[in-house]
Amino acid sequence: MTLISTAGLARTFLTKNGPVEAVRSIDLTVREGEILGFLGPNGAGKTTTLRMLTTLLAPTGGAATVAGCDLATDAAGVRRACGYVAQSGGVDPQISVREELVTQGRLYRLTRAQAAERAGELARDLDLTGLLDRTCGALSGGQRRRLDIAMALTHRPKVLFLDEPTTGLDPGSRADLWDLVRRLRDEHGTTVFLTTHYLDEADALSDRLVVVDHGVVVAEGTPSALKLRHGGSLDASLQDTFLAITGRGAAPAEQPPVAV
Amino acid sequence: MLLHDTALVYGRYLRQSLRSRFALLFGVLMPLLYLLFFGPLLTDLPLGTAGSSWQVLVPGLLLQLGLFGASFAGFSIIIEKGHGVVERMRVTPVSRLALLLGRVLRDATVFVFQAVLLVLAAVLMGLRAPLAGILIGFAFVALLTASLAALSYALAMRMDTPQSFGPAVNALTMPSMLLSGLMLPMTLGPAWLDVLSHLMPFRYLVDAVRDAYVGHYATPHVLYGALVAVGLTALSVTVGTRVFRTA
Repeated sequence: MTLISTAGLARTFLTKNGPVEAVRSIDLTVREGEILGFLGPNGAGKTTTLRMLTTLLAPTGGAATVAGCDLATDAAGVRRACGYVAQSGGVDPQISVREELVTQGRLYRLTRAQAAERAGELARDLDLTGLLDRTCGALSGGQRRRLDIAMALTHRPKVLFLDEPTTGLDPGSRADLWDLVRRLRDEHGTTVFLTTHYLDEADALSDRLVVVDHGVVVAEGTPSALKLRHGGSLDASLQDTFLAITGRGAAPAEQPPVAV
Repeated sequence: MLLHDTALVYGRYLRQSLRSRFALLFGVLMPLLYLLFFGPLLTDLPLGTAGSSWQVLVPGLLLQLGLFGASFAGFSIIIEKGHGVVERMRVTPVSRLALLLGRVLRDATVFVFQAVLLVLAAVLMGLRAPLAGILIGFAFVALLTASLAALSYALAMRMDTPQSFGPAVNALTMPSMLLSGLMLPMTLGPAWLDVLSHLMPFRYLVDAVRDAYVGHYATPHVLYGALVAVGLTALSVTVGTRVFRTA
């Protein structure tokens, strides 16, 4: 079953230097229970797309539905269905972990008792129980990420959007986060839509990849299909495949310039 | 839902204010200094108004407190934007109006509290005014801070750095203070200045509170002041909510 579908989704920003087409036209579908890796070079339009799909930014063109709710006409429905973890996270460093989790529950209209109970559940699930009375600013990078995800899972969303969730984490915390993402999908059937710059991460986690560049989808498929199609063989690294698709980055060794 | 959400947001930010007790008191410092070192200069001057010089100065200082304090309320939201807190809340179903109202009501609470401290200090310095007038003064402080804080948040939502926000607010507050006659009644000045100051909405608020402080409640000043204060608040909250919805 299709959980997210977009058609010609676009966003143009008006700036002092004229219009900037951050997202030109995105067509994609995400199936229920899928882990989708959303890849692309810096500035390709990944975060803008995520912000549109989570109702933070109104599209200037195209249409999309998330969990059966139309983005343009049923923002409330979309908000009920999705959880979002921004690159920067979203907690106040001066507030305690418990207070943030409980307030988040209350923002999702839980009663005081329900919110406290849900905070305890999330803390157990994401290994935060011992940290509940610390301030968010006192957490390590990996603990902060788990808290950000706990916040986004408060209302048991059907789809979780993660924007570069492992940037800045140490290898151990990254591996833990991968396990967490897989567990969410396996145990709760949560659909995960994640952006990343780490191609090993995309390779290890994603069922399917969507590569965007210059605001449009330039390739789409399972990691192996993309390797075969764009990298030349199943043994190609996703790195080479990615470079072949976007035509950027470490170009093949160039001829040294000839002196004239 | 709006009430529930507003109460929730209000509670969050009130707890934030209570955590920094120092900042809570620090806000009264500037008007308090005016009270101590500027107030006594006026005691024997002919100000052309009813009542003592304190009944002229204290209403001005109350609104100064609101003007300078609430205009900078937006700083906190620039910091929160950096932490991603604003976007995290906007992804939840919480009412957009509540995201603004909760914050604005917190600011009104904090500034009315500071206004009470300022009036208590003024009473020690020699202010004598009817209780009803003093309470009316607090109501004007609440409306002024609510509207200015809403505008400040709206402006801050559109700006990315505190470096650009500070000068922008300063450029607006300084002329507002000078032209609204917060320190001395504008009627003392030349006609052109008096006329110019009538273009400044805060002028009407100051005049209204000054009337209230001398026990004159049913005057055109009080009426115009109330109309301007309510109108300004309605306008600012509308603008602010729009920004929270779309930013």
